[in-house]
Amino acid sequence: MPTKQVTLTVNGQKQTGRAEPRTLLSYFIREELGLTGTHIGCIVGRCGACSVILNGKVVKSCMVFAQQAEGAELMTIEGLADGPKLHPIQEAFWEKHGLQCGYCTPGMILTAFDLLNDNPDPSEAEIREGISGNLCMCTGYVNIVESVKAAADKMGRSRKKAIPSRSRRSRRPGA
Amino acid sequence: MIPKPFELHSPTTLREALSLLKRLDDPKVLAGGQSLVPLMKLRLVSPANLVDIGNVPGLSYINEAKGRLLFGSMTTHDDVAESLAVAKRCQVLSEAASLIGDRQVRNRGTIGGTVCHADPAADIPAVLLALDARLRAAGPRGKRTIRAKDFFKDLFTTALRKDEILIEVEVPDLPPRTGGAYLKLHRGKGDLATVGVAAAITLERSGACKEARLGLAGVGLTPIRAEKAERALEGRKPTGAVIAEACEQAAKIARPASDIMGPADYKREMVKVYTKRAIETCMERA
Repeated sequence: MPTKQVTLTVNGQKQTGRAEPRTLLSYFIREELGLTGTHIGCIVGRCGACSVILNGKVVKSCMVFAQQAEGAELMTIEGLADGPKLHPIQEAFWEKHGLQCGYCTPGMILTAFDLLNDNPDPSEAEIREGISGNLCMCTGYVNIVESVKAAADKMGRSRKKAIPSRSRRSRRPGA
Repeated sequence: MIPKPFELHSPTTLREALSLLKRLDDPKVLAGGQSLVPLMKLRLVSPANLVDIGNVPGLSYINEAKGRLLFGSMTTHDDVAESLAVAKRCQVLSEAASLIGDRQVRNRGTIGGTVCHADPAADIPAVLLALDARLRAAGPRGKRTIRAKDFFKDLFTTALRKDEILIEVEVPDLPPRTGGAYLKLHRGKGDLATVGVAAAITLERSGACKEARLGLAGVGLTPIRAEKAERALEGRKPTGAVIAEACEQAAKIARPASDIMGPADYKREMVKVYTKRAIETCMERA
């Protein structure tokens, strides 16, 4: 099948690459855009390692065709830090040892990013539900959950400093 | 794991999408893709032409109409699960949507997609049976409405014709003194239902059951409406014995297969257990 040009905004910058209809967004990100922070795990949409933020929402990039991302806003793990300054979620994963081999970490962090966007102060149950689409095969989820909680605290503090009365939608209890 | 080659079409109007379906050889509609894309990667499905309706405007909305909620077919599960209107007017649908897959899947998967995919173990189809939903399809000869109970024909097979696209799901408001519930047994978070039971039960002032509707997931080739179980409840006070009779009837109509999730007998027992819990939850909420 012939390839087609795909133009999208990647981590704030307009980028172009070529993709066949069947090219998955995950492969496009790694091979066309050269952003290898997006990891490929299971390829059947179970593991979440390839999670990215597409038009503001976390999705598994192996479940989207690259051509469907034409004109989209994409954020990969490379776009999360502010230059050399790590994002609070990244800091929290570092401080709380929220990773072992690190393979699941980019997807885990971007899923946490989406979760905390929706629900800035999640309970442990909500965190566990939130990251249920991301598998860690090293050890378990205790430190990952701790990391997300710590990230929520960090972000809550900075939010209070910056924009005191910002209200966001939050998940319904028990959902 | 890469799908077989195919052509991807991205129509920007419904009319164009419909004409593509008519014109193309072996077309398949792509909605959120959270079931179809993995199936294509596993090469269990290999359409020659994929018609992505993600760029067709006006298919993603939740409208609060009088007496009913209207969902554009491309409305995501996340939008359904997070909608205050749905939480208020149709708690059972809201809860079922929040049980689907995981965050990523709910962000991309759509109400119309799961209905058209017609996986018998999916959550929403069983719930739509219990809610007596209506499904609006557009085709070359115009629009038509299909009742949920007439929609699911066979395994992954619906009443939609090849040249039709599901555009809207209409969910009537539950009558007063009605409770709805969807309960499912599943192995891990985000798995499809091993057994799922959706129920909507209306009580009389006297406490007797006026109307009951039950939809079963995961226990047959299609989601199943358990009509005999409904009749076992209707017109009677839902005492323990009456509920037990309904559960027996629900188990009788279930046609579970033995598989990795458990033997058929076990699943039939679980239909009883989950039917009982669903009925009781409905009565508490009615």
